Amino acid sequence: MSTPSTSLGSVSASRKIKDRLVQGLVYLAFALAVIPLVSLLWTVVKHGTARFDATFFSHSMNGVAGRDAGGGAYHAIIGTLEQVLIASVISVPLGVLTAVYLVEYGRRGRLSKVISFFVDVMTGIPSIVAGLFILAMWMLTLGIGKQGQGFAGSLALSILMVPTVIRATEEMLKLVPNDLREASYALGVPRWRTICFVILPTALPGILTGVMLAVARVMGETAPLLLTIAVTKAINTNPFSGPQSSLPTFIWDQAGDPNQHAIDRAWSAALVLILIIMLFNLAARLIARAYKPTGR
Amino acid sequence: MSTQSGVDAAVGARHRADTRRLSTGRTGDRIFAGAARGSGILVLAIMAAIAVFLIWKAIPALQDNKANFITSQDWNPNATPPKFGIAQLAFGTVMSAGLSLVMATPVAIAIALFIAYYSPRKIASGLGYVVDLLAAVPSIVYGLWGLRVLAPHMDGISRFLNDVLGWIPFFGGDSPGKNSIFTASVVLAIMILPIISSISREVFLQVPRANVEAALALGATRWEMIRLAVLPYGQSGVIGASMLGLGRAMGETIAVAMVLTFVPGINIHLLEDGGSTFAANIAKSFGEASPTGRGALIASGLVLFVITLVVNMAARAVVARRKEFV
Amino acid sequence: MAKRIEVSGLHAYYGGTHAIEDISMTVEPRSVTAFIGPSGCGKSTFLRTLNRMHEVIPGARVEGKVMLDDDDLYAPSVDPVAVRRTVGMVFQRPNPFPTMSIYDNVAAGLKLNGVRRKSQLDDIVEDSLKGANLWEEVKDRLGKPGAGLSGGQQQRLCIARAIAVQPQVLLMDEPCSALDPISTLAIEDLIAKLKNQYTIVIVTHNMQQAARVSDRTAFFNIAGTGRPGKLIEIDDTSKIFTNPEQKATEDYITGRFG
Repeated sequence: MSTPSTSLGSVSASRKIKDRLVQGLVYLAFALAVIPLVSLLWTVVKHGTARFDATFFSHSMNGVAGRDAGGGAYHAIIGTLEQVLIASVISVPLGVLTAVYLVEYGRRGRLSKVISFFVDVMTGIPSIVAGLFILAMWMLTLGIGKQGQGFAGSLALSILMVPTVIRATEEMLKLVPNDLREASYALGVPRWRTICFVILPTALPGILTGVMLAVARVMGETAPLLLTIAVTKAINTNPFSGPQSSLPTFIWDQAGDPNQHAIDRAWSAALVLILIIMLFNLAARLIARAYKPTGR
Repeated sequence: MSTQSGVDAAVGARHRADTRRLSTGRTGDRIFAGAARGSGILVLAIMAAIAVFLIWKAIPALQDNKANFITSQDWNPNATPPKFGIAQLAFGTVMSAGLSLVMATPVAIAIALFIAYYSPRKIASGLGYVVDLLAAVPSIVYGLWGLRVLAPHMDGISRFLNDVLGWIPFFGGDSPGKNSIFTASVVLAIMILPIISSISREVFLQVPRANVEAALALGATRWEMIRLAVLPYGQSGVIGASMLGLGRAMGETIAVAMVLTFVPGINIHLLEDGGSTFAANIAKSFGEASPTGRGALIASGLVLFVITLVVNMAARAVVARRKEFV
Repeated sequence: MAKRIEVSGLHAYYGGTHAIEDISMTVEPRSVTAFIGPSGCGKSTFLRTLNRMHEVIPGARVEGKVMLDDDDLYAPSVDPVAVRRTVGMVFQRPNPFPTMSIYDNVAAGLKLNGVRRKSQLDDIVEDSLKGANLWEEVKDRLGKPGAGLSGGQQQRLCIARAIAVQPQVLLMDEPCSALDPISTLAIEDLIAKLKNQYTIVIVTHNMQQAARVSDRTAFFNIAGTGRPGKLIEIDDTSKIFTNPEQKATEDYITGRFG
């Protein structure tokens, strides 16, 4: 940086150096964030492919010990899909209806303020606490599924899903232009029909995106499931009776075993889990892009 | 109405029909509004139930406890008599989360600035997506990666820090290891990075263009522009974001549980193996917990719940205060 | 210390859009030059090329030459930061830094340039606020946030901030369009005072304002939507408003034009 031959004067060297220095740091910070991401994805793919085979997707761990080769995560995949499906069936209607109340009915009322506050509180609940709650209420107090139960896991996951669904739906409902509501009321359409057939369909893509992201988030939750579904090595397709497995707890179980075969299985399960989550994330983004409201 | 003229009767009939149609609408409305309101109330009920059941199930264990629940460092709820306290867990939770915050916040702010003000516009949202991907990775996978990939690397780093910064008590000790609170906090830092960074990014992007241009027109370099216009505006948003990150780090279970090796007792040498947190302790000891043990774990979960609640509420209050500007 | 601006063959672009085409003009020192023209004619864009603020918009670029006395603002060796320090700017909407006090707003540019001594800062802040006709109104509350002032006061604060770094040229982009008539009058008085020291260029929508404050007036026009804006003519203000050379200028002045 030679001094320019103009009378404009130049920016002092120290200011320029500081500017460059910050620029360098900012680039460095980004690189710093990419390193763990790349390392993580790379190791999961590298180790995960070792057992990414047909047996893995068609067999359970029944009768397979940690040191044995073979075995699979079929039971865990089944468990995860069932638990997350049930959790969605519970939390989507609950979340969407609550959001409808907050945006369409309770506007600025005392109750809606209180609900809104506690939705924030709920968002911050550590996942293990959600698990403890289901343990304390469902299993210890009501005595249901004491030996572990897939459905209890779903309940715990729902607690984590509901606030996400509420917030996503709320955002989307707020984006629906008021003109649309007024136009519908002006036609004499009752409020509930307006909400069900005009407002919710308009907001649907955004709500779907939010739900997909919520599903992707709870799919990787481990802590609440550890306390609720118990761990089983066998296939159990009935979430309402007896312990079930799940991909996250399968990884936890296998990773805690010092044998290489078990660790290979943990990595493969991690790969499967990441793939499913990415699939949901991708779907969420595609929905969001396909229905992106124009003019925003 | 029957005594009125034909026209009036027609009007009346239409009116009645209208009322009927409206009234069906009203019934529907009542049901639907009731369902919506009911859902909202159910959410409140769930929150209340969480508090009630955690307290209720914690009380018997707390009554049996022969040690001080707050100050004891032991965790032996399965023994007779049961003795357990949260001192070590609280220490581990606060230390690991605090350390992760110290590491993650500057990096997250820098990343947010990078995406908002340094990267080429065309790829900015793509880069944002890359950072968000970090948030999509489940904690169990972070745990696996932390245990199998990161921890072996942390051995050397810990030894180096111990050599250079050993005079600071937290970095002191004789045997720096790889399954330490420090390693756990590195994993946590990576996990909360995307949360802090994405909220900060949003805040930075909301800085009015007028403020940015005012700084540039005064002859500010890019960094000076950021210091003059962006950081003061985004300050409280960033503080709120990091507190949300703190709350998340405190509640994180599995990744910490996988990385840490449990050693009883508070050890202020954070580079040495050992330590535990509320959440990790629950995950690790649940398997062999007796009924009293479960109650003790629920009691510790309740404490964690209250702590994260306070942190999150404070964070939201700070973020909300930001609206006072503009 | 005011300087002459000489522009030749200047084009500006936003990405693929050609915003202004082939502009050449001279702006005399210690005078007020007004830019008038219909919306979208590129007068603000052109103004922003004079202190290299145009290029801060992503994808925007400039071709051509802008000479400030003997220095080419777009020469490769010239740092845009130094240009903006020399050519100050006041924006359409008052934009004081919202988190800073009145004092800090005025001192912001000085601190960037390494003025640290309290007494020196105090003097310049006072001079600048006096120069911006704001001192009397704010001298008792210099520590209060600048955002607490009225719109007109905020705009004068922004002018004080701009002149505190003692620029050679002051660019004003519709400085009164967000203000009430009384505040507008205050700003216009200020412009008349400032032209004894600075080269002033002002973009305005308001032809009466151009007639009131400027010595020379430039009329910009646009051939149609999507076409680049052009300079139609520049001349003494009295000439432009009474006897312009171009038919288009006359049509615009007399209101026979959208």
